[in-house]
Amino acid sequence: MEMMRKERIDRGIKVRTEGIYAISAMKEILYLLGPRLLLIVGVLLLPFFLELAPYWKRVINIMFVYSLLALAFDFLANYVGLVCLGGAFFVGVGGYLSAIFNSYFHIPIYISIPLATILGAIFCTLTILPCLPLRGVYFAIVTLMYPLLATRVIEALNILGGTNGITGIASFPHEYVEQYAVIFVMLICLFGMRRFVNEDIGLVIRGVKDNDQAVRASGISITYMKTLAVFIASLMCCFGGAYIAHLYMWAGLSLFALDFSIIPIASVVIGGGGTLVGAVIGSFILVPLSEFLRFFGTFRIVIYCALLTTFIILKSEGIMVYLQRKYHQFERWVKV
Amino acid sequence: MEILIYGIINSVTLALISLGFTLVYSISRLPNFAHGALYITTGYIIWLFLNKFEGFPYPFAIFIGIAITCIIGALIYRFILIRIRGMEISEIIATYAIGLAILEGLRWGGLRGMTFTLPVFYPGTVEIFGVSIDYQRIIIVIVGICTFILLYLFTHFNKIGLALRGIAQDERAAMMLGIDSDTTAIISLAIGSGLAGFAAILLLPLGNIIVEAGYNVLIFAIAVCVIGGLGSWAGTVLASFIIGFAQILTEAFLSTHYQMVVALLAIIITLLVKPSGIFGKQKELEERV
Repeated sequence: MEMMRKERIDRGIKVRTEGIYAISAMKEILYLLGPRLLLIVGVLLLPFFLELAPYWKRVINIMFVYSLLALAFDFLANYVGLVCLGGAFFVGVGGYLSAIFNSYFHIPIYISIPLATILGAIFCTLTILPCLPLRGVYFAIVTLMYPLLATRVIEALNILGGTNGITGIASFPHEYVEQYAVIFVMLICLFGMRRFVNEDIGLVIRGVKDNDQAVRASGISITYMKTLAVFIASLMCCFGGAYIAHLYMWAGLSLFALDFSIIPIASVVIGGGGTLVGAVIGSFILVPLSEFLRFFGTFRIVIYCALLTTFIILKSEGIMVYLQRKYHQFERWVKV
Repeated sequence: MEILIYGIINSVTLALISLGFTLVYSISRLPNFAHGALYITTGYIIWLFLNKFEGFPYPFAIFIGIAITCIIGALIYRFILIRIRGMEISEIIATYAIGLAILEGLRWGGLRGMTFTLPVFYPGTVEIFGVSIDYQRIIIVIVGICTFILLYLFTHFNKIGLALRGIAQDERAAMMLGIDSDTTAIISLAIGSGLAGFAAILLLPLGNIIVEAGYNVLIFAIAVCVIGGLGSWAGTVLASFIIGFAQILTEAFLSTHYQMVVALLAIIITLLVKPSGIFGKQKELEERV
């Protein structure tokens, strides 16, 4: 009997576009730019399409926030090796800070959001700093406690509005400002991070994940690198939190809710870990899905978790890696 | 006196909770984030048997509850974890997802409010040194200590127990001697889940079966394990006494809300002072820091 096996080969165009030939012909340029433009233009046009369905505009705002969170999780987990199960902590800190600035000190919205983003990221990094020497399981465990802890502290001290939260936060001046603010930030973060992980410093950060002793032996401080990574990730998350606080004109304990921790994780797994784009794609799939499932209440989380586990077991590479493979390579049957 | 007695009770409680988690991690290096969920599941199963079948004997219900939890633990390993063994991130996410699915599924299924309670084994209270304690808490302490002794005997004087320890100490050498890594992992997960269920049976009669308890159990179990040094029995016991007394003291002088703050602070201080945990070995130091 003749044995056959499947062989994967890079497409010719992929090989050509890796070198200087990338700019030699329209076809090659299009091959490179096509997927990127599809994403950028698609995302930018989305608000116009959704003029037809105004309700979904709110949903896509949240969707972009989640894609930011997923981006941060993907970066931390797959590039730095820090699995953060408590993404909600960053969101909550950003949201509460922005609420404090805007509601208590009456700082206008276009200053309060950036201020909350940066100060929130500094605050988050400082609070996580003692736990940074930890690796893997241990870091996951400790970060899992942070959002719960923050909730307890706010409840116990009855500060920041206690269980009622902070109300009276200014909303965005215009609907399009509201949407394009988050869209632009998301796109900048996505392409910025893609660039960042391939820069020198990004390579060092990836080295921390693969072999931190080697990085240390090279005379580079691991803790500094991890701090930097956490700072970058919490910048994105804190922006998300501040944005949500202004979107809902309310900051409360639900900013520390489980959703903000679990949905980004699920999106990263579904989209494909370590690709960054995959995280965004994953949240584009999951968040609208969760809108459809709103009817089920907390059963949604069960569905996410089931999806998550199924993907981890059966398709652990994720959608994005699969698509990339199909785009760059073709398969054929060959004799063994 | 009250602080002392309730401190001991609380410490034994914590030790019971964290026993299953530390056992699974020390043997098969699997962080079982579904621990809290299994704890609540056992309580719920027993409640179902007691309330849906009139006059169902309590001891038999307990037996079935633990057996089912053991089987769930084994199934989780056999069908899910076995495929992602060794991929740390996937292990964490998968077990956490399973735990969340169970807990939130139960919440959705109506497990909330005050209606879900288990009866205590033996009602009534007794006075010891002028402090009144109900019998259930005394049973917890006694049974908890017995469990520790039994587990010690099991892992030191039994073929399966010795195999488990062999895998925990040196997986390759153990495999060369004919001990199957996957079988021991299944056994360890079954025993770990069973211990979670066992803790549930002892502790749940004191309160309601609520979903939040699942999360708390997971967090405290982990806190105890991290502080004690994962995989170390003596460390687990000592750490649960430290946290147990710290909690009772905060409850007496501050407020109940700070219990989790105490746990986290304890973790952070331990990590700063002695990163491998109180009884951690050098091997673990490498792994953690």
